[in-house]
Amino acid sequence: MSTALPLYAQLINLFAAVILLLAFAMLAQRRVLLLIDLFALQGFTLFLSTLVVAVKTGQHHLYWSAGLTLLLKVLLLPWILHRLVRKLQIKGEVEPLINIPTTMLVGIGLVIIAFNVALPISQLSHTITRGTLGIALAVVMLAFLMMITRKKAITQVVGFLSMENGLFLAATSATYGMPMVVELGIALDVLVGAIILGVFFFQIRDQFDSLDIHHMERLKDN
Amino acid sequence: MPNLLAIDYLLIAASAWAVIGLIGLVAPRNTRFIAKILFPIGAAVGLLAGSVALLALGGTPQTAVLVIGLPDLPFHLRLDNLSAIFILLLGMVAAGISVYAAGYFREGEGTAPGLLCLEYHVFLASMLLVLLADDAYAFMVAWETMALSSFFLVTTNHQQESIRRAGFLYLLIAHVGAIAILLSFGVMTSGSGDYSFAGMRAQQLSPFWASVAYLLALAGFGAKAGLLPLHVWLPEAHPAAPSPVSALMSGVMLKTAIYGLLRVSFDLVGTPLWWWGVVALAVGLATALFGVLYATVQSDMKRLLAYSSIENIGLLGVGIGLALIFHSYRMEGLAALALTAVFYHSLAHAGFKSLLFLCTGSVLHATKERSLGKLGGLIHRMPWVAWLALVGVLASAGLPPLSGFVSEWLLLQGFLFSPGLPHAWLNMVVPVAAAVVALVAAVAGFAMVKFYGIIFLGQMRETSLKHAHDAGPWEKAGLVWLALITVLLGVLPATVILRIDAATRQLLGAGLAERLQEHGWWMLAPISPERASYEPIIFLVTIVLSVWLGRWLVHHLYHGRTRRSPAWDCGYHFQGPRAQDTAEGFSQPIRRIFEPMFRMARHFPTARDKQPYYSVQVEDHFWHWLYLPIARLANWLSTLITSLQGGRIAIYLMYSFITLILLILVARP
Repeated sequence: MSTALPLYAQLINLFAAVILLLAFAMLAQRRVLLLIDLFALQGFTLFLSTLVVAVKTGQHHLYWSAGLTLLLKVLLLPWILHRLVRKLQIKGEVEPLINIPTTMLVGIGLVIIAFNVALPISQLSHTITRGTLGIALAVVMLAFLMMITRKKAITQVVGFLSMENGLFLAATSATYGMPMVVELGIALDVLVGAIILGVFFFQIRDQFDSLDIHHMERLKDN
Repeated sequence: MPNLLAIDYLLIAASAWAVIGLIGLVAPRNTRFIAKILFPIGAAVGLLAGSVALLALGGTPQTAVLVIGLPDLPFHLRLDNLSAIFILLLGMVAAGISVYAAGYFREGEGTAPGLLCLEYHVFLASMLLVLLADDAYAFMVAWETMALSSFFLVTTNHQQESIRRAGFLYLLIAHVGAIAILLSFGVMTSGSGDYSFAGMRAQQLSPFWASVAYLLALAGFGAKAGLLPLHVWLPEAHPAAPSPVSALMSGVMLKTAIYGLLRVSFDLVGTPLWWWGVVALAVGLATALFGVLYATVQSDMKRLLAYSSIENIGLLGVGIGLALIFHSYRMEGLAALALTAVFYHSLAHAGFKSLLFLCTGSVLHATKERSLGKLGGLIHRMPWVAWLALVGVLASAGLPPLSGFVSEWLLLQGFLFSPGLPHAWLNMVVPVAAAVVALVAAVAGFAMVKFYGIIFLGQMRETSLKHAHDAGPWEKAGLVWLALITVLLGVLPATVILRIDAATRQLLGAGLAERLQEHGWWMLAPISPERASYEPIIFLVTIVLSVWLGRWLVHHLYHGRTRRSPAWDCGYHFQGPRAQDTAEGFSQPIRRIFEPMFRMARHFPTARDKQPYYSVQVEDHFWHWLYLPIARLANWLSTLITSLQGGRIAIYLMYSFITLILLILVARP
C-alpha cells in the first residue's frame, strides 16, 4: 500500500485497529461491567466504521446496517446485559481459566494466523476496505478465545456477541455488507440469542446457585 | 365396477386396511367395536386380496403408479406371478389370523386396542405394498413401515423390561438388514440412478458386482427371515409379541423376506453364479439344523415354535440354494422343481406355523402359562384347540398327508437329481446336504412330539389347569380356517402346483405343469411316475380307514368289556403328574447327542444336597461368540468417544475453535 492513503481509507483502518484493540482489551478485562462497556464501545466503533464506508460508497443499505448496529449493539444489548448483571448480582471479578498474560500471547498468535489467512483473500477483493479483513478475522478469533477461556456464563455471551461484531466487520470490509435480509436476520438472531441466554442464566443460577459454567459438567451422560 | 384390474383391487385392499386401522383410532378404548367389527372386516379384506391374487396367478404382469411419494419420485407398483403367490399367502393367512384376533384381544392388555388395531392393519398393508413394490424406493418405504409397525406390535406389553429388550433387538437387526438391502439395490442400479426394478433388470452387472449385490441381499433379507447368524431376534421377539402377531410375523412377515430374496436373486440381479447357490444352501442347512436342535431343547412353547420357524426358513434357504445351483447350470426343469418346493413350503409353513402360534395363544389365555413345565393334559379341557393343533403339529413334523410333507418331499426329490450336476465337487457334496435335510425333518418331528405331548397329552402338571377353557367361537373359526388350508395344501398338491407354476415359469422359463397335467389331480409326480410319485389321497383314505377299522374292531370284539384305566400305568402304584416326563427330560437325548452345539449351564443334585434340584439352561453360541463381542466393541468405542465429551463448555468450544483454525489453515486458496 502506498504511504499516502486517502482520508477515508485511513479512517477505516483506524477504526478497524481500534476494534482489534478493544478485542484485546476485552480479553484482558477482569470486571464484568467494564467488559460490557468495552463491548458497547466496540459496537460504537463498528458503527462509525460502517458509516464511513456508507458515506464513501453511497451504498444505501449500509446506512441501515450502521443504524441497526448502533441501536442493537451499542444501546439495546449492553442495556440488557447491564440489567442482567444487576439482577443476578454478579460479583465484579471475571475468573479466567487460563491466566490473562497467556491468553494475550495466544491472542497475538491468533492475530498472526488471521492476517496470514486473510492476505490472499483481501487481494482478490476490490473494495476500499479490503485491508481490514484480516482484522475482522482476528476479532472473530479473539472473541472465540474469550469464550473458551472464561468461566462465567455471561462473559461467554459477550464473547459471542463480540464474535458477531467481527463477522459484521468482515462482511462490510469484504463485500460492503451482507444483503439487508441476511443482516436483519442476524441482528434478530443475536437479540433473541441474548434474551434466551439471559433466561438461561436465571435457570442456571436457580439450579446451581452460581453462574459458574464449571457446574454444568455434571449435566453430561453417566 | 368396470375396468378394474387385479392390482387395483389389491390397492383398494391395502387402503382398506389402512382405513380400518385409522377407524380404530377413533374409539381407541372400545374393545368390543374394534375386536368384533374392525378385525372381521380386516379378515374379509384379506380374503379379498388372497382371492384376487389367486385369480391373477398366470396372468400378465400389471403395473400401476401411485402419485404419493416424493415429487418426481412416485411409487411404482407391479403385480406379477411371484408377487401373486406371496399375496395369496398373505391374504389367506391374514384372514384366518384376523378372525382369530377378533376373539383374542381383550381389554386391559398392554397397548390400547385402537392403537393395536392401527399397528396391526398398517402392518398388513405395508406387507402388501412390499409385495407389490416395483422400485427400490417404494420397496424400502414399505419395508421400513413393516419393520416399525411390527416393532410396535411386538412391544405391545411394553411395561415388561424383557419385552422392551426383545423389541430393541428386533429393531436393531431389522435396521442392519434394511441397510444391507438398500446397499444391494444401490449396487444393482450400477450408478444409473434408475431405482425402478425394470431399470435394475436392464443393467448388465459384472460378476463381481452382481455377487456383491446378491450377498448383500442375502444378508439383508436373511436378517429379516432369521437366517444364521442374524436369527437371534426371532426367539426373543416371537414370545414377546401377542400370539396373533407372532403368527403373522412367523407365518407371513418372514415370507416377505423370502420373497425379497427370490426377487433379487432370480429376477433382478441377472444370471446367477453357481457358488451363490452353494452359499445359500450352506447357510440354509446350518440354519435349519441349528433351528431344529434348539427347538427341541426349549421349554417355552412360543420359543420352541420360534426356533422351529428358524428351521423352516433354513429349509427355504436350502431350496433357494438348490434352485440357484440348478439355474446357474441351465438345468431349468430341476430348478423349477426346487423352486416349486420353496413356494410350496412358504405356503405350507405360513399355514401351519400360524395355526400353531394361534394355538399357543389360546393355551396362554386359558392357562396364563407359557412354560411347558407347567402345562399338560389340556386335550381334555381344550379339545378344539388340541385337535386343531394336532393338524399343525403333524404338518410341521412333515408327515403325510399334510402340507409339510409335500414341500419337504419335493425338496428331497430335487436333491435326488443333484448327482447330475456338471461340476466335479458339487455333484458329490450336494447330495450329502440331502442327508442333513432328512435329519432336520426327523428332529423336527421330535420337537413337535415334544410340543404336542407336553402341552396337550398326559396329566395336568398344575392343578390350576383344571380351570382352563376352550377357545371362543372367533378363535375356533380362525384356527379351523388355517387347519383347512393346511389340509388342502396337503391333499391337493398337484392342483396347487399347477397354480404356482406360473411364477416358476416367470422366473425360470420352465415349470412342472406339463408333467403334472399328464396325470390326474390326485397324483404328484414331478419328474415321472417311474421315478417318484405321491398320492396324498391314498394316504388320507388309508389313515381314515385304518383308524375307523381299528375303532370298529375294538368296539365289536371287546364289546361290553371295555374299561377305563390310567394309561401307561406300567404297574406303578401311584402315578401323579410329577412322574411324567418333563420338557427338559424329554429333550435330554438330543442335548446329549448334540452337546457341542449348545452352550449349557447345568446343575446336578448330589447325594448330600439338603434341597436337591436339577436345572439346565441352554444358550446360543452365537450370542456369546458373535453378538456379545460386537456389543463389547461398540461399548468400548463409545466409551472412548465419551471421554471427548467432558461436559465443559470451554472444551467444547475449544473443539470447534481448533477445527476452525485447522480448516482455515488447510483450505487456503
